[in-house]
Amino acid sequence: MSDRRPPLYATHDGADAKFTPFGGWAMPVEFDSIRTEHEAVRESAGIFDVSHMGEIELSGPDAAALLQGLTTNDVESLSVGRAQYSAITDEEGTILDDTVVYRLDEEEFLFIPNAGHDERMEERWESHREEWDLDCEVENATEDWAMFAIQGPEAEDLVAEAAGEELRDLGRFAITEARIAGADCLLARTGYTGEDGFEALVPWDAAEEVWKEFDCQPCGLGARDTLRIEAGFLLSGQDFDPEENPRTPYEARIGFAVDLDTEFVGRDALARVNEDGPEELFIGLRLLERGVPRNGYEIRADDGAIGEVTSGTMSPTLGEPIGLGYVPTEYAEEGREVAVRIRGSDKRARIEAPGFLGDRQ
Amino acid sequence: MSFDVPEELYYLESHEWIDPDSGRVGITEFAQDELGDVVFVELPEEGEELSQEGEFGVVESIKAVSDLYSPADGEVRAVNEALFDRPELLNEDPFGEGWMLELDVAGELDGLLSAEEYREQIE
Repeated sequence: MSDRRPPLYATHDGADAKFTPFGGWAMPVEFDSIRTEHEAVRESAGIFDVSHMGEIELSGPDAAALLQGLTTNDVESLSVGRAQYSAITDEEGTILDDTVVYRLDEEEFLFIPNAGHDERMEERWESHREEWDLDCEVENATEDWAMFAIQGPEAEDLVAEAAGEELRDLGRFAITEARIAGADCLLARTGYTGEDGFEALVPWDAAEEVWKEFDCQPCGLGARDTLRIEAGFLLSGQDFDPEENPRTPYEARIGFAVDLDTEFVGRDALARVNEDGPEELFIGLRLLERGVPRNGYEIRADDGAIGEVTSGTMSPTLGEPIGLGYVPTEYAEEGREVAVRIRGSDKRARIEAPGFLGDRQ
Repeated sequence: MSFDVPEELYYLESHEWIDPDSGRVGITEFAQDELGDVVFVELPEEGEELSQEGEFGVVESIKAVSDLYSPADGEVRAVNEALFDRPELLNEDPFGEGWMLELDVAGELDGLLSAEEYREQIE
């Protein structure tokens, strides 16, 4: 099966971007260099084409109830024009996906599944709508919307210039309608880089005009990965995966997105995990010797292998090798020294909270 | 995009080059471009014996890890230790300051690609 392409595929190709298959999409991984792109986002601004992210639109009197039953956070408490981070779990409390839910109107919502998950989320929403007999339209709008992320300390200036000065006042995790390059877009103050920024949902056919409005460094998925690793943010399919690496939100340290006072699929299992405490925890690792931690490398202590690195890189901001992974809770205290086995040799590493930039975030 | 492929060097399909005069070994401009920002290099010690197409080290970019293969049989005469502190030299000057090691080549150089053959491979 050939990969799905974002509407700007030809534009990126013409700009000599390198592409990578990701979640069934052919997406730009690098325009100039990961370091250049990464630094632009930390120091000024960059724009990412994240049109591979899914969009599911929900509308109708029971839209909130359907979302409430299928996501871990409290959708009923979400005001119009606001967004919330949430997880989608199965009966065992295993994360199937993580998402941002936007409330566009009283009976109108949008949520953003990860790349390649849109169809299975559409099916999940439709089958539970039938099972629970709810009145809600479910529409997979993934190929109606292109999505761009404008991120970095200068993102606000760029957005003000492209979409109007009033957008400076858009609060964090808020969403509003905005007109950019003559197109009716949705603009939210969200992102996944650890910087201030915005995400724009753009009509598929207007992608090119809107992209051109933002005069800043184009960035690929490579820089998005190093930025989110530094920020300690999870990557679906890598830092959790229902088959390869099943995790509960508590293990993955996104318990803040679980509201046990609501009823949702997986709630009872998660209530038990919350009471007993998770057996393993998501941690950050800073390597104290030369080398780069990578996905799949063993984390070791005196007792042998205790866990695995799920993501790792040489941090462009810190100039140090960093990683993310899981270890048993008793090893998860910050400052504890462990080792990462790299090509047969154990390199010293220190456990830290995920989120390596501290106060910068 | 076209890449520099110096005529006087010989090449492995896995993108290493060797200078037949000096025995210097490195990776090609094409390889460094494919890798992206190089952040770490693992090289053998002086005196180690390498065999043609045998692994001699590792180069890591921000996004990937790649094994390095020796273009020839021989003993490592020198290692470019500057790469340990400045691995980015591999991106900046892969045929110059980014050299990796010098080999005392054992026997004749054979089984390698000429510049023209390598150029055809990467085009």
